[in-house]
Amino acid sequence: MTDSQATPLLSLRNVSIALPKGADRALAVEDVSYDVFRGEILCVVGESGSGKSMAANAVMGLLPKGVYTSGGEAIFDGQDLLQLSEKQHRTLRGLRIGMIFQEPMTALNPLMRVGAQIAEVFEAHGQFNGRERQQKALALLTEVGIPDPDKAIRAYPFQLSGGQRQRVMIAMALALEPELLIADEPTTALDVTTQAQILELIRDLQQRRGMAVMFITHDFGVVAEIANRVCVMRYGQIVELGEAEAVLKHPSHDYTRALIEAIPSDVIPEARGAETDTPLLEVVGLNKVFRSKGGLFKPAREVHALQDVSFSLVKGETIGIVGESGSGKSTLGRCVVRLERPDSGTLSLSGTDFMHLQGEALRRERHRVQMIFQDPYASLNPRHRVGYAIAQGPIANGTSKGQAMAKAKELLALVGLDGTDDRYPHEFSGGQRQRIGIARALAMQPELIVADEAVSALDVSIQAQILELLEELKQKLSLSLLFITHDLRVAAQICDHIVVMQHGRIVEQGPAREVFLAPREAYTRELLDAIPGREHELADA
Amino acid sequence: MLYVRLITMRLLKAVVVLFMIIIFNFVLIQLAPGDPAAILAGEAGATDEEFLRQLRERFGLDQPLYVQLWRYVSGVAMLDFGFSYRQQMPVLDLILARLPATLLLTGTAFVLSLFLGIVAGSLAAARVKKPSGSIIMALALLFYATPLFWVALMSVVLFSVYLDLLPAYGMYTVGAGHTGLALVLDVGKHLILPATTLALFFMAIYTRMTRASMLDASQQDFVKTARAKGLKNSVIQRRHILRNALLPIITLAGLQAGQMVGGAILTETVFAWPGIGRLMFEALQQRDYNLLLGIFFFSAALVILFNIITDLVYGLADPRIKEGS
Amino acid sequence: MSFFARFAQNRGALIGLIILLTIIAMAILAPLLFPESPWRMVQRPFLPPMEVDGFPLGTDTMGRNVAAGLMHGAWVSLLIGLVSTTVALAIGVPLGAIAGYYGGLIDDALMRFTEFFQTIPNFALAIVLVAIMQPSITSIVLAIAIVSWPPVARLVRAEFLSLRNREYVEAARLVGQSNTTIILRQILPNTLSPIIVLASLMVATAILLESALSFLGLGDPNVMSWGYMIGAARTVIRQAWWLSFFPGVAILLTVLALNLVGEGLDDALNPKLARERS
Repeated sequence: MTDSQATPLLSLRNVSIALPKGADRALAVEDVSYDVFRGEILCVVGESGSGKSMAANAVMGLLPKGVYTSGGEAIFDGQDLLQLSEKQHRTLRGLRIGMIFQEPMTALNPLMRVGAQIAEVFEAHGQFNGRERQQKALALLTEVGIPDPDKAIRAYPFQLSGGQRQRVMIAMALALEPELLIADEPTTALDVTTQAQILELIRDLQQRRGMAVMFITHDFGVVAEIANRVCVMRYGQIVELGEAEAVLKHPSHDYTRALIEAIPSDVIPEARGAETDTPLLEVVGLNKVFRSKGGLFKPAREVHALQDVSFSLVKGETIGIVGESGSGKSTLGRCVVRLERPDSGTLSLSGTDFMHLQGEALRRERHRVQMIFQDPYASLNPRHRVGYAIAQGPIANGTSKGQAMAKAKELLALVGLDGTDDRYPHEFSGGQRQRIGIARALAMQPELIVADEAVSALDVSIQAQILELLEELKQKLSLSLLFITHDLRVAAQICDHIVVMQHGRIVEQGPAREVFLAPREAYTRELLDAIPGREHELADA
Repeated sequence: MLYVRLITMRLLKAVVVLFMIIIFNFVLIQLAPGDPAAILAGEAGATDEEFLRQLRERFGLDQPLYVQLWRYVSGVAMLDFGFSYRQQMPVLDLILARLPATLLLTGTAFVLSLFLGIVAGSLAAARVKKPSGSIIMALALLFYATPLFWVALMSVVLFSVYLDLLPAYGMYTVGAGHTGLALVLDVGKHLILPATTLALFFMAIYTRMTRASMLDASQQDFVKTARAKGLKNSVIQRRHILRNALLPIITLAGLQAGQMVGGAILTETVFAWPGIGRLMFEALQQRDYNLLLGIFFFSAALVILFNIITDLVYGLADPRIKEGS
Repeated sequence: MSFFARFAQNRGALIGLIILLTIIAMAILAPLLFPESPWRMVQRPFLPPMEVDGFPLGTDTMGRNVAAGLMHGAWVSLLIGLVSTTVALAIGVPLGAIAGYYGGLIDDALMRFTEFFQTIPNFALAIVLVAIMQPSITSIVLAIAIVSWPPVARLVRAEFLSLRNREYVEAARLVGQSNTTIILRQILPNTLSPIIVLASLMVATAILLESALSFLGLGDPNVMSWGYMIGAARTVIRQAWWLSFFPGVAILLTVLALNLVGEGLDDALNPKLARERS
């Protein structure tokens, strides 16, 4: 596909980038060399902390304060980008190298109209007059497929959706037809279906304009979708570099293999049977409306977070609630644990009405349903030792302190953190904290555990370990699990039953294998098709 | 639309707050130890039986409490703030005569401090970790920690007594009979010291706030986007960072308006500036509580006015309010 | 790094701490060095500084020792600053905590109440309160506390609002901890550092307020204070500038020191939280 004999557009040679003193390592990037050719998409892949986006920032001259290149060169069109003055660098940025970022919600200036922000690119490089800039901006917005570009050009960022904002960012980056586009995790913050659209747009534009794209991502699924070549990074060093096909099919390095395997790749789940038929959780016709009061800054609004939601969960079963943001899946989870109170419907747990409990009565019954939270950094009180954090629940429910602490130690051992009960949360990594969160939920000996995006904030390799732990605990303790996730690959791995949600309603539900193999609803198919790398893996299977 | 709605809400709120202040005044008179009539009359009027009788009648002090409250509230609502025994004039007339001087002083100081504070704060933010930036911040801290009335006194010593450059007292030269432009210049000359000393403290606040707000804004993602476009640093500072940093400063400026009216009491006292602050000092010395409460009400009204103005400006500056649906 | 090591990294904060300790020493030593009442007339009036031994800062309009007044005044300023801040915290922290934790109508009502107090011009309110209650240490402390609690309530409410939906707080709710336990054990300890920083700045503001009240003649007539000394010398500023100068410098240094210490506390307390989140 690429002509390796041709001169590369960008060539990194032995680049090293130093971190400020006191960081966890001296070099963010160590002795890294790779080329980017015209007309290709190079994916730089790595987990958090791998230094994957540092080299790109150095190429743009946008390294964070305190971080600097300590060696090597980056040759772009005959000149070393690392030696350029800020002024020289500025004339390249936007003109010959464009860049898009991860967070479309915050990457645009909230106080400027979209059109003005695109026109700024021309202004920065002294091209065209005011009228022409607006016309160009309009043409660009049309090209990136924004609905109603005439209106969008006069809109402020807050009036656009996340996907639309990312399209605006792309329009801006491509305004002056740069030869190189750097895309730093541009789809990570988006829903799967939006992600699929943006990936298609980038690939489309790249082919039409024949430009080079350096695409930074943590997701091998995305790599499978768009990459020509792949550069896998770990701890600031290149682990593996080669043609995408070859790396994905025959990874030569153990780390790459582990990463690819860590992606829950067998999108077709096995058939599993539930242990019993007695329903543990019964949800019938559940409704929940959020009313935001008409404040000074916004008019009153009603959001139907849940509409007529019904499903039931059998003891020992794992049900996956799947949907994109705004589908109501998290509200459903919060209603089940009663952090929210449903407006109407039935919510019962082993026959007891769990919906109308209130005050002291609710507090006494709470131990029956526990939750594992999403953010491992926010789910533990920074001021409490983890042993105490786990013991708090039993203590609040009348267990003696000594007994509760002893039990906490046992549970920590169970989740693989033996002898750590007197440490504080900041001494643990994200994955370890998630294990502590699981131990805390188990301490209450709940009948049901709700896991709300419990692995979404973790790197894939850690994700796999946590999923493994949950699987193991399920077998050992015959847990019943309500597993809420936006990631169908994860759901496929752990769930017996799948409930697909959209706009507060259940679209489809059924045994996991059926939903994945023979989806009945169009939306489910759309979701499945949007999984990055799916075609590739199916071809493999 | 949202903006109109915002203004309407603010005006409604202003009415409610003013009403609450009237009630607050009433409660204050009731809670104070001793005969409310004697308190209202103050030390001076305490011996005058006729005046006390008038006060009792006006407030219905022999009536049940709710009748008293009603009389008091309806009186103030009709802009009847009573009579100042010591000055032998209606309280309202006294205040209205002094209001323009205070508006001139606080208005000048407000604009001056906001402008200089934003300029100094932006400079300090652009020169963070450089000596010039540190010097600006050290000066701001110094002004912030200096008692206003003391700066006022020391500036009198320095500029009027020793250097003899500027007048130390009053609003214009008494007996000079200036008119037209000469009067404007004369008042301007008298305004320099009071306005500057009043502005210093607030300038310090705005400087610190602007710097913090700019540093905050420069961490935002959209600044990186702007740099990726190849924009010049000066354009990024002005168009992207400063514009976003100004929003919290506008809010703060509104909140500080109340402090400024309080500061005017001290400045006017030192410089014998004939505004309501000086009037308050006089009322205090003469224990003229009726006048004191009247001024208190008006100073609160002034603060609300400043607040409404800053809200209007904020609404214009933030498209999320201006164009929000 | 230990708390003090981080604090000591900020040179301004160290200087502030030294000034503050000096002023505290002044307050403690005042009765030993100048056992006589600072109100006693001991020399001829208007004695300039450094002219007569034992009167390094001269005498005032009534022949009272300015140095003695300055040292006794330190005690009054610090006392009023500390006590009024404590009272303001006692009002603001519970109000803010309740409003932020429970939200809804309780929050609305409490915040309207707080906003009302924030709208009223602080200083004018303090004047009216002290004037009507009659000047005394108690009325001054109360007045200062009444005008300075709203920022505390707002800060604590904002912290509670952002922490009450933190996952560890929700987890505490799910395991059945009571509201009181959650407020006191889960949330409040995590709001302490900003409260401590604010409190140190409030002491400074309280000292400024007290001096301004005394300057206007609303000080406790039984105690010598810096503001009173400046106010009493105001009319003779042309003849005797030093009578206003030295007490002013004392106020300036105290307020400056407290601000520096506050900034140092902020630096020392906050990176820890930042690191825990990162």
